[in-house]
Amino acid sequence: MPDLLIELFSEEIPARMQRRAAEDLQKLMTDGLVDAGLTYASAAAFSTPRRLTLVVEGLLAESPRTVEERKGPRADAPDKAIEGFLRGAGLTRDDLETRETPKGPVLFAKITKPGRAASAIVADVLEKTVRGFPWPKSMRWGSGSLRWVRPLHSILCILSDEAGAQVVPLDVDGITAGDSTAGHRFMAPNRFSVSGFEDYTAKLKRAYVELDSAARAEMIWHDATNQAFANSLEVVEDRGLLAEVSGLVEWPVVLMGRIGDAFLDLPPEVLQTSMKEHQKFFSVKNPKSGRIERFITVANRETADNGATILAGNEKVLSARLSDAKFFWENDLRVAQNDMQPWLDALEQVTFHNKLGTQADLVGRMIALSRELAPLVGADTDEAGEAARLAKADLSSEMVYEFPELQGLMGRYYITAAGKPDAVAAAAQEHYAPLGPSDDVPTAPVSVAVSLAEKIDKLAGFWAIDEKPTGSKDPYALRRAALGIIRIVLENDLKLSLYYFCDLELLKYEVTQLQGNGYEEDVVTLENTLEEIARHGVFGAAFHAVVDHIAASEEHPFAPDVAEGSVLHSVAERIQMRSADLMSFIHDRLKVYLRDQGIRHDVIDACIAMPGNDDLALLVKRARALSEVLGTEDGENLIQGFKRANNILTQAQDADGVEYSYGADVKYAETDEERALFDALDRAEAAIAPAVKAQDFAVAMSAMSALRGPIDAFFDTVQVNADNATVRRNRLNLLSRITQICLEVADLTKIEG
Amino acid sequence: MTQSSNAPKSFQEIILRLQSYWAAKGCAVLQPYDMEVGAGTFHPATTLRSLGTQPWAAAYVQPSRRPTDGRYGENPNRLQHYYQYQVLIKPSPPDLQALYLGSLEAIGIDMSLHDIRFVEDDWESPTLGAWGLGWEVWCDGMEVSQFTYFQQVGGHDCHPVSGELTYGLERLAMYVLGVDHVMDMPYNDPDAQIALKYGDVFRQTEAEYSRWNFDVANTETLLGHFEDAERACLDILAQAPEDPKTGKRIVMAHPAYDQCIKASHLFNLLDARGVISVTERQAYIGRVRALAKACADAFVQTEAGGWTAEAAG
Repeated sequence: MPDLLIELFSEEIPARMQRRAAEDLQKLMTDGLVDAGLTYASAAAFSTPRRLTLVVEGLLAESPRTVEERKGPRADAPDKAIEGFLRGAGLTRDDLETRETPKGPVLFAKITKPGRAASAIVADVLEKTVRGFPWPKSMRWGSGSLRWVRPLHSILCILSDEAGAQVVPLDVDGITAGDSTAGHRFMAPNRFSVSGFEDYTAKLKRAYVELDSAARAEMIWHDATNQAFANSLEVVEDRGLLAEVSGLVEWPVVLMGRIGDAFLDLPPEVLQTSMKEHQKFFSVKNPKSGRIERFITVANRETADNGATILAGNEKVLSARLSDAKFFWENDLRVAQNDMQPWLDALEQVTFHNKLGTQADLVGRMIALSRELAPLVGADTDEAGEAARLAKADLSSEMVYEFPELQGLMGRYYITAAGKPDAVAAAAQEHYAPLGPSDDVPTAPVSVAVSLAEKIDKLAGFWAIDEKPTGSKDPYALRRAALGIIRIVLENDLKLSLYYFCDLELLKYEVTQLQGNGYEEDVVTLENTLEEIARHGVFGAAFHAVVDHIAASEEHPFAPDVAEGSVLHSVAERIQMRSADLMSFIHDRLKVYLRDQGIRHDVIDACIAMPGNDDLALLVKRARALSEVLGTEDGENLIQGFKRANNILTQAQDADGVEYSYGADVKYAETDEERALFDALDRAEAAIAPAVKAQDFAVAMSAMSALRGPIDAFFDTVQVNADNATVRRNRLNLLSRITQICLEVADLTKIEG
Repeated sequence: MTQSSNAPKSFQEIILRLQSYWAAKGCAVLQPYDMEVGAGTFHPATTLRSLGTQPWAAAYVQPSRRPTDGRYGENPNRLQHYYQYQVLIKPSPPDLQALYLGSLEAIGIDMSLHDIRFVEDDWESPTLGAWGLGWEVWCDGMEVSQFTYFQQVGGHDCHPVSGELTYGLERLAMYVLGVDHVMDMPYNDPDAQIALKYGDVFRQTEAEYSRWNFDVANTETLLGHFEDAERACLDILAQAPEDPKTGKRIVMAHPAYDQCIKASHLFNLLDARGVISVTERQAYIGRVRALAKACADAFVQTEAGGWTAEAAG
């Protein structure tokens, strides 16, 4: 059982691609080998900046011989047919066997395929792997046509067993496989031959190459923490950076350097970001002061001066970088302390989206919406407005221009420096949250108001221009915005009618679009109409209703402007349609969110079908209560009872062409079970109505599930379709009461199963 | 930088050593292109010669101008006029990395003491419709060169592929010479009778051009020039290949490309004057790219670009 060793040796592979490439190499090779009949005991892949390596142990020396039986023509078939069969099978007449079958004597052939040697299979699979390698970005070089991530220089490919190592004969675009590789680019550049994986890793180590990236990461982290510890300092953990740096070196040498005193007062995040992004340095913190005071850099070699020259160079480069950062910080602070007006003005020059105006337009909408939201989330209206006004100011700062990832955080520093309240400063940072499913949601009321305003406005904006996410395409992260709204509302238990706010923002976009398109007069009417609408309290359907109302009342001054076919009338229709569509998008995200928490989609659908479904906290309370009750035996059986009632009722209504919805009277009841159901429904109704009104869904659901016994008993003993027409009608009306009472709680017709 | 006996003493010595090194490696040492460009890549010896099938090996210094980087000669690292050293070899030789490292040794960087790294940095020039894969080369954490394998130029796939090396000369020299402010860097031999520093040569011009670039350049004139250059480029390329006077086939890729270079630089000047909005920016870049592509299309119709009468039938 030989072992296979492959090394693809190239110019420097981007760090971010190495790990995936090693995995791909392993998968493509082992899949290819197994498909060709070569099984193996174990495999492992490795990467360094210059090599991808695969070792496969316990490989079959050759693929197994296969025997295939093929049925031919009848023995008495014309010669031509038999000859054709022989040609196809690559056999002669003597190889055929005649067997008796129910259809008479038939010729059978046995085709034996000999096994193939491992080296031939490996050569085929490796060539295919190299030529079709799934690099995220690949290139050509010189005059060749082969593609690789950077020029590929050599291929090591050997099969080794007790008898020794054997090179697999292979040539890919002029690169002939061999048994040699090279060591560290600078410390041991000569080529050497290897006889197997152990020999390979040992010789590489002598040639200053640690093959295993996990081992390199371990070396780096170990040395870095030790050096920091020796100085009573600690390294700021950064796994992403550690992985990247491990992919930039074959022989890591950790060096700790100093940050010039002049830079120690920069915000720690600025130091950290500048050092990480530009220099790939780790930050080293003084645990007592919390300040970042040193850096760790990882060189790729040992030197006679123990890295002194390298460290001096790195310190110098860092000093130049931080001079820039300090320059930005000081310039920015000057603007911040002068009320940031130049930054706010500059937002007028920055496009938010070419159909949705500038960042300044966005800020304007955010101010208005944050103020509207403030009282509902417990924030001070003026503070929320001020926070929204300043939330994007830092986008114009020099620091954020240089380090976009510091947006928000710098805003917080600068707004604090401007002497604004902490709540206003915090909102600049927190209104972007939550950025991911595990990111914390804002809880401070001002931050909540601005964060919701930003997200609602964003969704409404992209709905207004009809650029919604499709499939995997969501370039403006609208799904994330919707999930953000959901989490902020739920985790802060906010009572908000989202329709109102979505309509409000959609309307603003409609106004903007009309303004730009020669409908200035309509805009005036629209803005006046807004007052009328405000008196009615809600937008959306209500906006539509108000427009209809104005159109219908002849004496109303705007009647001619809102008649059917008018601009305003169609605006109303558009808003209603888009608002409903946007809400169903938010509901879809809610379904995904709740599904992860174990609530079934049909349960959510049953609750979405109820009124007030734009109040997400209410909707979720209802869904949780329903989910809980469905988990009980009573609840599950009640659903069956409800469905049975609903089915019988629907069938009867369809057959009779009558709606049975009212007038069940206990005086026509004939059995105790029937009378008991009347009683139970009276009790349930009395309990459910106030509970629903008080949004105490647990009480409502439990009152509903208490109906299970009486309903079951009723169906067990009573024939609904009685011969007596009066009794039958009364019973159908009784079923209708069951469904009506249950439907008060949730739309149980949506429940599956 | 620790000084050793091999250490160069001046900015110009570093340039001269690069020139000798690449000459010894077989490159044609060209002179700077006689037009204002933003980077050495714009020299037709790179842009146009990276196209087509003819082999090529050239090295040259290219004065480069980035008006927005002007700091009146006061910033230790930023200049609106600086030098790039550019090497272009087609097809890229298999030992290009080793050749490059040899050039660093030639200018006095001791490989046994320094940490040289090839860090992923893919290159793209939206104005030239060009891209390639490669690295920025780090010496002790400082970027000293850009190393690129051209994949596409002017919208044409590169066959064969050129290897391009670009050295930011001031930054590299400051590091090698151990200077913290560019203006303090010795330009000629510091022991010369008239020893000149970089500042003696360029401080005056940096201040003058910074003022002109940022505040004085007449934007209407510049806009007019941009339009003129764009029109001239297209007019030149619209001419029939056959020259009516000589009766010869003369496709004028280079004169047209000069106009493209002009348009590109005028765009940079307009940008520095702050008169180009974010949305307009993309449109201007697109117009320059259209010119670069048209010039590339023309170059591959020239003999230098690999055109032959036989192949054209």
